[in-house]
Amino acid sequence: MKRNDSIKIAGVSVYILFLLASFVYGFNPGKEIGRNFLSFSVDMLKLLPCAFILIGLFEVWVKRETVEKHFGEESGIKGYIWALLLGGTTVGGLYVSFPIAYSLYGKGAKLSIILTYIGASGICRVPMAIFEASFMGIKFTIIRLMVSIPLVILSSIALDDYLTKRSYKIRKAK
Amino acid sequence: MYYLYFATGLALLVSFIVNREKTFKAIRVATNRFVKILPAFLGMLIFVSIVLFLIPDKLISNYLGKNNIFIGVLSASFFGSITLMPGFIAFPLCGILLKKGVLYSVLSAFSTTLMMVGVLTYPIEKEYFGIRLTILRNTMSLFIALVVALMTGIFFGEIF
Repeated sequence: MKRNDSIKIAGVSVYILFLLASFVYGFNPGKEIGRNFLSFSVDMLKLLPCAFILIGLFEVWVKRETVEKHFGEESGIKGYIWALLLGGTTVGGLYVSFPIAYSLYGKGAKLSIILTYIGASGICRVPMAIFEASFMGIKFTIIRLMVSIPLVILSSIALDDYLTKRSYKIRKAK
Repeated sequence: MYYLYFATGLALLVSFIVNREKTFKAIRVATNRFVKILPAFLGMLIFVSIVLFLIPDKLISNYLGKNNIFIGVLSASFFGSITLMPGFIAFPLCGILLKKGVLYSVLSAFSTTLMMVGVLTYPIEKEYFGIRLTILRNTMSLFIALVVALMTGIFFGEIF
């Protein structure tokens, strides 16, 4: 792990030096990369603090039993519906839904249900679907959702089965 | 965007009124988790900045329109998987491409992989769920996108 870390630090340092040098000497590709980095960082910093505060509140307030009841082994089909609704209303992309999914899992949600949630947060976010329909037509959006939602649920169940049989472990939060 | 700030602020306020201790604890949890995952985010941002430079929107639009449906869908899935684009850029881009005559199935492969397959988010996903699950989930999502593209093609009469 130590060696890995130093490689990462070296990589990041090279990257920063490259950007600095590009701005000093006016190397356009480097400047472009720097601008990309900044604009994406800003986009994420707009979302992430809120997402993590909500995760913190969730960790403190929501009881394990509640999560188990709605998202756990016994939740049945309702669990998937909750996962779709939650995914559909999550703001941001995959990078926001990963920490949320991880939190849910830590509180006893079933793996297939959080995988459904991750999928849903990608494909059926409500504001995005509306936006999509306005550019691509409602037929396109409906076909996309009708085909992908069942597939997401089925593949989540299959993945859960496969990994549970092989007793795959996800690192628990401290 | 603003309703997220509003909701977060409201949640914090209510939590604070009900129980001060718990609210501070929540903020500590939030900060800890955020700091812990920050290196992975940094890694992702570095990848994103480089990949977006190497593969600008223009390149994608040039590529998708020119080929037959089969190569179109495959290259769309490839681009969708390795780039990261907010929806407010992706869908207008798809809209423009549609007007240029790019097939629906190609665009559905592009948008579905864009939303579900994350090569660039790999550093983060791996940090939470481990390498194996990350690779399996992304592979699975790629197949889903291909099936969605196929079905879109059938419904719009682009295939058969």
